[in-house]
This record gives sequence, C-alpha cells and structure tokens, in this order.
Amino acid sequence: MTVAVSILPSQQLAALKDAYRKAVARKRLRVAVAASLFVAALVVAAIGAEVNLRTLFTYFGNLVSYFDRILKLDDGTRVWTNIGEWFWGWRKWLRFLGETLLISYVGTLVGAVLAFALNFLAAENTSPSPWLRFVIRRLLEFARTVPGIVFALIFVIAFGLGPMAGVLAIAIHSTGALGKLFSEIVENVDMKPVEGVRSTGASWLSCMRFAVLPQVVAGYASYALLRFEISVREASVMGFVGAGGIGQELVVAIRKFYYSDVSAILVMIVVTVFCIDIATGWLRGRLFGKEART
Amino acid sequence: MSQRLSPDRDALRARYPNVFNRPASARLAMPAMLTIAFAIFAFGLIDLNFSLTRLITGVRQLGWITLMMLPPDPGASLPLYLKALGETLSIALLGTTLAALMALPISLLAARNIVPSNLIRFPIRRFLDTIRGVDVLIWALVWINVVGLGPFAGVLAIAVSDCGALGKLFSEAIEAADRKQVEGIRASGGSALHEIRFGLMPQVLPVIAGQVLYFIESNTRSATIIGIVGAGGIGLQLAEQIRVLEWQKVSFLILMILIAVAAIDWISGKLRFAIIGPRAVA
Repeated sequence: MTVAVSILPSQQLAALKDAYRKAVARKRLRVAVAASLFVAALVVAAIGAEVNLRTLFTYFGNLVSYFDRILKLDDGTRVWTNIGEWFWGWRKWLRFLGETLLISYVGTLVGAVLAFALNFLAAENTSPSPWLRFVIRRLLEFARTVPGIVFALIFVIAFGLGPMAGVLAIAIHSTGALGKLFSEIVENVDMKPVEGVRSTGASWLSCMRFAVLPQVVAGYASYALLRFEISVREASVMGFVGAGGIGQELVVAIRKFYYSDVSAILVMIVVTVFCIDIATGWLRGRLFGKEART
Repeated sequence: MSQRLSPDRDALRARYPNVFNRPASARLAMPAMLTIAFAIFAFGLIDLNFSLTRLITGVRQLGWITLMMLPPDPGASLPLYLKALGETLSIALLGTTLAALMALPISLLAARNIVPSNLIRFPIRRFLDTIRGVDVLIWALVWINVVGLGPFAGVLAIAVSDCGALGKLFSEAIEAADRKQVEGIRASGGSALHEIRFGLMPQVLPVIAGQVLYFIESNTRSATIIGIVGAGGIGLQLAEQIRVLEWQKVSFLILMILIAVAAIDWISGKLRFAIIGPRAVA
C-alpha cells in the first residue's frame, strides 16, 4: 500500500515554518526567563540558608554512617541479629505509642466536634449572617495556619507539661483544618432539600439538621478519619516540646546518641503510622464505598 | 373532594421491605459505633490525666498570656526576625527543589507504566512510604546530628521527607499520563529515553510543576516549625521567645508567619494558575 504524502508549495511552507519557528522561539524564551529567575531565587536562598553544595556531598557520607550507627547495637553487631536487645524497652515504648494514639484520637474527635459546630456558620450558603461567617472563617484560618507544635509550645506553658497540651494543640489544629473541609462540603450540597424544609416553616437549626446534615455526614466522617491519620503523625512529635507521647522518648534517644534506641523507636513509629493508614483506609472503604479511599 | 391523608402503609411495606424491616445488625451498627467511639474518648480523657481544674487554670493562664501578647511588638530585634523569615523561606524553596530533583528519577522507577516489574517497583514504593511515615521534625533532629545545628539541617530535613511525598505524587501523575503519545514516539523509532523525554514529560511536567509549587507553599509552614528543634529559621526565634516568656515578641513572630504564609499562598496560587490553568488551583 502506498501512501501519498502531499507537500505544500514552498512559499506556503516557508510561511508556516516561519510562524512555527517564531512560536517555538517565544515559548523557549519564556521558559528560559522563568528558569533563570528560578535559579536566581535558588542562589539567593542558598546564600540565605548558608548552604554549600560541596559540603552537601561530604555530609551525605555522614548520613550514611549515621544510619549505619543507629543500626548497630552497643556491642557492634547489627540490630536485627538480636531483636530482644534492640527492642529492650518495648513495653515502655508501646505504652508511649498508645498514649500518642490516644492523644491524636481525643484531639481529632474534639476538633471534629468543634468543626462540626462551626462549619455551618462558615459555609457560604448556610451561614445566617455575613459578618458571623467572616469572623468564623478568620478564626478557622488562624487555627489552621499556626502550626500545631507552636500551639503545643504555648499550651505546655499554660497547662503544664504532659499530654493535655498535646491534645488541645491537636484539637485546635484539627478544628481549623476540618472546619474548612466541612464547610466546603456544605457549600457543595444540593440546596433544594433546604428550600423544601424551610417552606414548611422550619427554623435554621432544623434546616441544617434535616436538609443539610443527611447529605454531608458521610463526607464529614471520611475527612475526620483522614484527619486522624494526620494527627497520629503530628502527635508522634508533640513530645519534642514536652506535650506527651512517643516523641519524648525519641528526642531523648536522639539527643543522647542512644543509637539503637533511635532506630527501634523509629521503626515502631513507622509501623504504627502504616497500620493506622491501612486501618483508616479500610474503614473508609467499608463505610463509604471504594471511591472514598483516596 | 376527599383526600387520602395517610398513605397506604401496608402496600409500601410490601414494596420496600429493606426500608421498613432493616436487620438488627444494620440498625444497631450506628449506635454501637458511637458508643465505642465515646468509650475510647472517655478512656483517653482518664488515661491522659485530664482534669477540669487543670483545664480551668490552664484556660485562665492562656487568657493572661493572650492579654500579654497584645500589642504585638518586635522590640529591637525586627531586623533579626526579618532575616530569620528570609532564612525560613530559603529553607522551604531549597528543600522543595532538592526534594523534587531527587523524587523525579525515583518516581520514574516507581511508576507502573515505566517499570512493569513488580520486583523493582514494590521496594521503591515501600521505601517512599517509609520516608513519608517519618515526620519532618524527626528528620530535622536526625540531620542536626549529622550536619550540626543550623538552616542546612532544615533544608535537608525538608528535602528528604518531601522526597517521599513528591515521589509518590509524581509516580501517580506519570501513571495517569496518556499512553498514546509514548506509543507514537516508539512507532517513529524513538528509544526508551526518547519516549520518556518527548512522550511523557510534556504531559507530566505541568502537573509536577503545580505540585512542586504547592509543596513550596506547604513547606513554608513546615520550615517555620523545624526551627523549634534547632534547624534554623523563624521557628528558632519563636521557640526561644516562648521559652523566655516574651509574649509580645511571640505574637509578633506568629503574625509574621501568618502574613508570610498568606503571601506565599497567594503567589503560588497565581503561578499555578499560570502554569496549568484553573483546575490546578484547588
């Protein structure tokens, strides 16, 4: 089979080629300008952060040797040759891990309840008054933008050392994050049921309860579970500032160079985070069907 | 005209047995779950030493602290704080760039349509998951041990922890890419590298650029906190001022962080819009 390729007359072709070349040149120029701007920003940043590319490579060797060291027991053997010695403190660490999980659970639950209470007021379509919405939105934004560990630092001073500060910090941060997500779900609901309920003379509260809530509750639960996952990670470092959980043990081990303990605790944290991820993923799949599993 | 007010209940029952006679397990599932959730909550409150008196004294103290925070005032150390903020932004930018550079080759190996072999892909995916499972603050502590205190440890901490997250996102973007372009390149005689460069990258790069921008934005937040453990930036100043109870400076620093984060949000939103159009601005 032969295929005839028709070729345009050279004048037309030249015009097309010229236009093509110009288009490509314009695009290339734009990319080059953007790239050089980016590189300039990087150089400025590198000077600001006292980064030196040469030292990076020397330090990389240090990192490898650090991991080599944390995978060795005190007597110089590899950690996995003597699991009992490696995880010598597993009872204590498991208790702290349990505390971490409880901190994140209680914190997330309190945050979810608060977010639930506030989100109807923050949503565009259900808020009773614009100034209330504005205030609540700014509050949620504040709670979300200030990092949880900063709240923890302040709460440790106000409430004293211990898991309570961690719980409250996670609760506030979860309120901010979930409040925004929840109100976004509310903004996407079908408003016809709300009109239907309102036409029967129902109050604002009844409208929310009978028209909005049935549409949104599955999304809420899904987001709350997702938030729990994030909170577990967050709670694992709350101990760094004295707000309870496994972080306390980890920071002591790292600062005092108890090498094999560092790796043991890290392994336990990573395994826990995995298990929580898988468990909440499974739960969300069970509760809300496969499409909710993101 | 007489109207039938109550619907024919028996007929409805017969027609929708699932609605009227739900099995006990389905009816009890919700209350049971709520009870369990509440029981764990109550146990948590007891186990974590919650007490009302502590809560009340704490809240009162918090009220005092809030009052002492007003008005925000940097004192004489404004230039120092501005420098620290610049350091934080530098950490975020450098860390994310480094992370993206490391994540790109790894993500190619972790994508199903590039590396069909499960044998290579599976360990790489687990490796990425492990890196992601460790919080950035922990990485910062580790890097401080390796390279010493300072912003460089922060850059490396962000680079490593985001390498895991970006690697996963990149590989998902690559897997979602259209196969047809790649086949076209192969049909015209391109090598495997050509396929990646001309078939895949043009599709994937805008998505990747959007994600990197988003991560720079979220890393501005991370970079503010890694200073708390000593890895440079504004978090270091914040933690110090909290420890010495200089509340006016604390509130000023928090305000600075909020403004910086909002500014970065706005800029990167605009940039993402320019790169991939409205769908990327989520």
